[in-house]
Amino acid sequence: MKAPTQATTSAQKASREITFAQAINEALAEEMRRDPRVFIIGEDVAEAGTPFKVLSGLVKEFGTKRVIDSPISEAGIAGIGVGAAMTGMRPVVDIMFGDFITLTMDQLVNQAAKIHYMSGGKLKVPMVLRTTLGATRRSAAQHSQSLHAWLSHIPGLKVAVPSTPYDAKGLLKSAIRDDNPVVFFEDKMMYQLKGSVPAGEYTIPLGVADVKRVGNDITLVATSSMVHVALAAAEALQGAGVSAEIIDVRTTVPLDKEAIIESVKKTTRAIVVDEGYERYGVTAEIASVIADGAFYYLDAPVKRLGAMDVPVPFSPVLEDQTVPTAETVAALAMKLCGR
Amino acid sequence: MFAVPSYDTGLETRNPRLIVASMARPKQSRTKAASALSRDQALHFYRQMLKVRLFEEQVNQLYLGAKMPGLAHLYIGQEAVAVGVCEALRRDDYITSTHRGHGHCLAKGASLDKMFAELLGKAPGYCRGKGGSMHIADQDTGNLGANAIVGGSAGIATGAAMSAKMRGSDQVAVCFFGEGALGQGLLYEEMNMASLWKLPVIYVCENNQYNEYTSYRETTAGEVAARAEAFGIHTETIDGQDVQVVHAKSLAIVERARSGEGPAFLQCNTYRFHGHHVGDIDRSYYRAKKEEEEWKSRRDPVKLLAEWLQKSEMADRKLLDQIEAEIATHIKESVDFALNAPYPDPIEVNQHVYA
Repeated sequence: MKAPTQATTSAQKASREITFAQAINEALAEEMRRDPRVFIIGEDVAEAGTPFKVLSGLVKEFGTKRVIDSPISEAGIAGIGVGAAMTGMRPVVDIMFGDFITLTMDQLVNQAAKIHYMSGGKLKVPMVLRTTLGATRRSAAQHSQSLHAWLSHIPGLKVAVPSTPYDAKGLLKSAIRDDNPVVFFEDKMMYQLKGSVPAGEYTIPLGVADVKRVGNDITLVATSSMVHVALAAAEALQGAGVSAEIIDVRTTVPLDKEAIIESVKKTTRAIVVDEGYERYGVTAEIASVIADGAFYYLDAPVKRLGAMDVPVPFSPVLEDQTVPTAETVAALAMKLCGR
Repeated sequence: MFAVPSYDTGLETRNPRLIVASMARPKQSRTKAASALSRDQALHFYRQMLKVRLFEEQVNQLYLGAKMPGLAHLYIGQEAVAVGVCEALRRDDYITSTHRGHGHCLAKGASLDKMFAELLGKAPGYCRGKGGSMHIADQDTGNLGANAIVGGSAGIATGAAMSAKMRGSDQVAVCFFGEGALGQGLLYEEMNMASLWKLPVIYVCENNQYNEYTSYRETTAGEVAARAEAFGIHTETIDGQDVQVVHAKSLAIVERARSGEGPAFLQCNTYRFHGHHVGDIDRSYYRAKKEEEEWKSRRDPVKLLAEWLQKSEMADRKLLDQIEAEIATHIKESVDFALNAPYPDPIEVNQHVYA
């Protein structure tokens, strides 16, 4: 388990406040300057810089040969990414909405994830596939899902779910340098979120959780957008005299089980919060890790809060009910702590 | 109900426009190609094709003798395609292959002993026994892997071509697939991008006429070649049983691709002599015995080359027999090596999940 941190401390020396989108942009630019094998391919990635403007300006520096606008062919560009990665390049494939990874599944699950294993370790697929997750953007059922659990299920893939600009930049740089296929989920609602990011070079290893807040009474294990929900819940809980510790797993694969278990052994209670569907989801996996690793330390059942198991509805009145909120997290935490 | 082909008159088919993809021999002349082939080359092609043939016959024996786990999809009958195409490639050019891929791997340079070892799940196999018959990969010969998802390697081949272009390596990539892959959307996404970006990739459609147990005529609308032509891709339909034709055409389109003129689509009309896999013995419900006999007796690519070698006085029966005996010995040694090779250590089960 990493304390909140040596990286943050040294980083604070020369850090600036930048947005999550800028952090992603900087990570890509730095890696493309560093390594001529890195290129970006996706829909509207070049002049448009994606609908979220995350890639703005990259085409100016790197040209259309390295920032490649593709047809609307998610499976096709994922496949090109796999082939290019196997033959000496380091592609970053941009899949605009996480919902569209369904179209890339054969390439990710049957090809990218298995090629290293099937070839007895001879071939490698150093590819990053960036995509988004997150509801409450009023985008309805096909542009709002958080499907990272699907890919976390597949041996051979790594899955990142960063929650801050600092983590996003450091993790993306590591993902690009990693020799495995990494699926990188960015919460589309967090692109304008600002955070402190050092001006200089740094990376964050995949598979190391981060304690986002130290506490004693309950552990809130969270991913991506839900880290901020957990942080807001922790503020509310503090007012009620409950001290919550927040573990941001940062990557669901590899999962830093040790950090989670150690925290729960200390606090004796846990809620796992994730924006993916609750049923068979990331929350279920992490809850089982806790039950297995900290059973004799628990003073309450491990609870889970995920997205409601319904297609994401359009109407704000309906949609807002489907994702965990600071209020629901805080209320459940109070109950678990007997308050 | 079965279309029994006769290669002079074309096929009885539901769609007369599909005759071009039948056993009917396409119009292209093979004279130039034939005369261009030296004796050494022709004998080398013969050795390569016979190696694939005897390898596959041995695989069938291993299966029948219950010595091989799982299944195998035999390439017998299609040898001229793999050999004709791969002989037009450099060692560092890429191929992607299919579930029916042993021929491609061998034609690209794979060695018999490691092939057999992989098929038997043994440690010295190409993939340390982790891939098996349908996933043989060999980066030393540019083989990016056989793929058990029909059409699944179209992206890999196209991406490899894109990578070659970006790296300025002048390598080309060949994507082998059967006509069954024509039903998969991925292929069209990739052909679109390959054409847009003039990628050095060649899509080799081995039309063996059957999608597993179903005639492709029941699954394929319109004309096959027209599909590739619609993307502005250079397209050829050829006799896939004549290795000289396949080789000559391949040389031309590989050269095109290498010099930056973009992708090509090569439809090779061929025939799968055996079933979809080794266990597919009773085939009468989907194709006539007579049709199989016609192809085997009149359109066997190995026999056709042997006849041509003799007719053109490049080899006599004695030499051909001698070649066959040499290859048979090599096969025997290789299969013995594989049968006696150790299985992987059980601890390897969770190795190579991540690089």
